[in-house]
Amino acid sequence: MLSIKNLHASIGEKPILKGINLEVKAGEVHAIMGPNGSGKSTLASVLAGNEKFTVTDGSVEFLGQNLMELSIEDRARLGLFLGFQYPVEIPGVTMANFMKMAVNEQRKFRGEEPLTAGQFLKLMKQKSAVVELDSKLTSRAVNEGFSGGEKKKNEIFQMAMLEPKLAILDETDSGLDIDALRIVATGVTKLHTPENATVVITHYQRLLDYIVPDFVHVLYKGQIIYSGDKSLALKLEKEGYDWLINDYKE
Amino acid sequence: MAEKDKVLIDKIDKEYEYGFTTDIETETIGKGLNEDVIRLISAKKEEPEWMLERRLKAFRHWQKMSVPTWAHLDIPEIDFQDIIYYAAPKQRKKLGSMDEVDPELKRTFDKLGIPLEEQMALAGVAVDAVMDSVSVKTTFRETLAEKGIIFCSISEAIREYPDLVQKYLGSVVPYTDNFYAALNAAVFSDGSFCYIPKGVRCPMELSTYFRINAEGTGQFERTLLVADEGAYVSYLEGCTAPQRDENQLHAAVVEIVVERDAEVKYSTVQNWYPGDKEGKGGIYNFVTKRGLCRQNGRLSWTQVETGSAITWKYPSCVLLGDNSVGEFYSVAMTNNFQQADTGTKMIHIGRNTRSRIVSKGISAGKSQNAYRGLVRVAKGADNARNYSQCDSLLIGDKCGAHTFPEIDSHNPTAVLEHEATTSKISEDQLFYCNQRGISTEDAVGLIVNGYAREVLAKLPMEFAVEAQKLLAISLEGSVG
Repeated sequence: MLSIKNLHASIGEKPILKGINLEVKAGEVHAIMGPNGSGKSTLASVLAGNEKFTVTDGSVEFLGQNLMELSIEDRARLGLFLGFQYPVEIPGVTMANFMKMAVNEQRKFRGEEPLTAGQFLKLMKQKSAVVELDSKLTSRAVNEGFSGGEKKKNEIFQMAMLEPKLAILDETDSGLDIDALRIVATGVTKLHTPENATVVITHYQRLLDYIVPDFVHVLYKGQIIYSGDKSLALKLEKEGYDWLINDYKE
Repeated sequence: MAEKDKVLIDKIDKEYEYGFTTDIETETIGKGLNEDVIRLISAKKEEPEWMLERRLKAFRHWQKMSVPTWAHLDIPEIDFQDIIYYAAPKQRKKLGSMDEVDPELKRTFDKLGIPLEEQMALAGVAVDAVMDSVSVKTTFRETLAEKGIIFCSISEAIREYPDLVQKYLGSVVPYTDNFYAALNAAVFSDGSFCYIPKGVRCPMELSTYFRINAEGTGQFERTLLVADEGAYVSYLEGCTAPQRDENQLHAAVVEIVVERDAEVKYSTVQNWYPGDKEGKGGIYNFVTKRGLCRQNGRLSWTQVETGSAITWKYPSCVLLGDNSVGEFYSVAMTNNFQQADTGTKMIHIGRNTRSRIVSKGISAGKSQNAYRGLVRVAKGADNARNYSQCDSLLIGDKCGAHTFPEIDSHNPTAVLEHEATTSKISEDQLFYCNQRGISTEDAVGLIVNGYAREVLAKLPMEFAVEAQKLLAISLEGSVG
C-alpha cells in the first residue's frame, strides 16, 4: 500500500528526514515511536503533502501512484488521512458543512454521485457514535471551542466519515484523559479492516494496549533505527530510548 | 508554493459575471450640470413646481460645498461637468402591462436573474427594477395595494402621493447633509418609494434592483421608505453594472422613516462592477443611507458589499424615540485594487435605546478596506447600550485593513462595548482543509463564508444563498 524509500526532507535549509525506509501493507498497524524532535510529525506532514517541507530525495509510492506528484487534496481523496496532533479551528464553518464538502469531494474523485442531505445526516449520526462524539458537536464550528479531548475525537470521527485506505495518526493520544484515550483508541480499532492500514505516531505504550501494532519502529534523527514487534514498545516504556540511541551512536 | 500561487492567480482572473451591456436605445441629456439641466430633468419627470424648487435649492447649496476628503480612500479627482446626469432606456410609451416592456429590457433583467413577470417572479418578492435613471417596472403592485401598501418609483410617488413625499423626503437626509447627498437631491432621477400604512405587516419581501447600463452616466437614485406606526417591512436592494474602462459615479440616498412601534429590515447586496484586476474602471459608490426610529422603532441594516472600485457608505440609525433599536450587520469584501471605507453611525437620542454593530471586513489582493463607525450618546439618552464588533480578515500580504471606531458619549449611564479582531486565513487552516480533500479555492470560500456567517444569517433566505456564492466567487484564489 505504502512504500517509502530513502525519503529525505528538510524545512528551509535544515534536513529533518534523512533516509526513511518503510513498507506498509493492507491490514497492518504500524507504530512509530521515538524521542522528541526525531522527525515523527515531519514524516506524517510530508506524506500528507504539507508544503512547509521540501522533499530532497527518495520516493514514496501509495496505492501504485507516485505520492509526491499528487496534490495534498488528491492524496486525501485517494485515501490518505492525517489525524492532526493540533487540529485547527475554522470559525463559523460547521462540522456538518465541512464534512459534507470533504465527503462529496472524495465521492466526486471516485466518480460517485454526491450524497443527499438525508443520506449525509444519517452517515454523520452513525459515524459520530464510533467515537461517542456528542452529535451536537457536529452542528458547531470546526474545532471551535472544542476541548482537547473533543478535538481528538473529532479527528477520529472524520476518519470514520472518510474511511481512508491509510490513516496516519499523529500523537492522537496526547492530551487525553484515560476515558477519552479509551474511546479514541477503541474507535480507531473499530475502523480497522483487512483492507486498510494504520500508522500511529505515539510516545506512549498505553495507546498500543488498544491499538495493537504489528510493527513498532523507532525514529531517531530522521531515520528508522530499529524495528520490532509489539514487545518493543513495552521494552521502550520500561527502558527508554538510551540503549537504542547508544547503539546507534556507534 | 509557486504552483499554488499560479492556481490562485488563474482563479483571480474570474470575470465579473454581470459585465454585459444591453443594446438598447437610450435617451440622454448632454454632459454637465447647471440649473438648466436640473430644470430639464424635472421637466422630463413631469414634476410639480415644488419638486423643482427643492432640486434647485439643493443644487445652489451643493455649489458651495466641496468634496469630502476625510475617508481612508484615494479618490481621483472627479469632473462633475463630465458626467451625464440623465439617461433613460427609450420605451415606446408609458407602460400599461408587462407586454409593453421592451423585450430587450426584459431580457437584461432575466439575465440578471430578476424576473419582471409576476407569474415567474420569486415567490414572495416584489421588485422595482431601475435601469440607469428610471424605474422600468414594479411588480406585484396590485397585491400590495390591497393592503394599502404603496410601492412604486419615486418619480411616480412625487406625482401621485405629493403629500407623503413632501412630508418625508429629505426629513432624514437633508440636502445640506453632505456633498453627495446635496448632489443627489439636485439631480436624482429615480429610485423606489415605499409606504407601509399603520399596523400593516408587508406580506412579501420588497426589492429594488439597480442597474447602470448607459455609458458615461452617473446614477443618482433616491429611495424613500416609510413604515408607519406598528408597520413591518423587509426590503432588499441589489446592484450591478456593466464592465467598462472608465469609472462611473453612483451617488444614492436612502432614507428610512421608522415610526412608533414599526420595524424595518433593509438588506443590500452591492455588486457594482469593481474594476479589473489592474484597477481600471469600476463604479464609485458614494452613498448616504440613514434611518430614523421613533419610539420602540427598530431598524436593521444588513449589507454585503463586494463590488465597486470605491465604496463610501455608512448606513446609520438615528435612535430618536425611547426604546428604539438600531442594528448594522456588514460584510465588506475588497479584492484587487478596490477601496472601501464603510461602517455606520448609531446616534442614541432617546432613552433606553440600543444598538448593535457587527462588521466583517475581508481584504484581498492589493485592496484597502476600512471600517469607520460612530456611536454617539446624547445627553438625554439614559441607559443607552451599544455593542460593536469589528473584525478584519486579511488574505495575502499586500492588502490593508483599517478600523476607525469613534465613541462620543454624553451620558454617564451609557454602556458601550467594542470588540475588534484581525485575522488571516492561515496556511494551517488551508492545509487542514486540503488534507480532507477540499481544494484551496473551496477552502477559502468555506473559511470566508464561515467568518461572515453571523452577518449572512441576517439576510433573507434567497439573498443569503446568492451572497454566499458571491463571496466565494469574488474571493476565489485570492490566497497566495
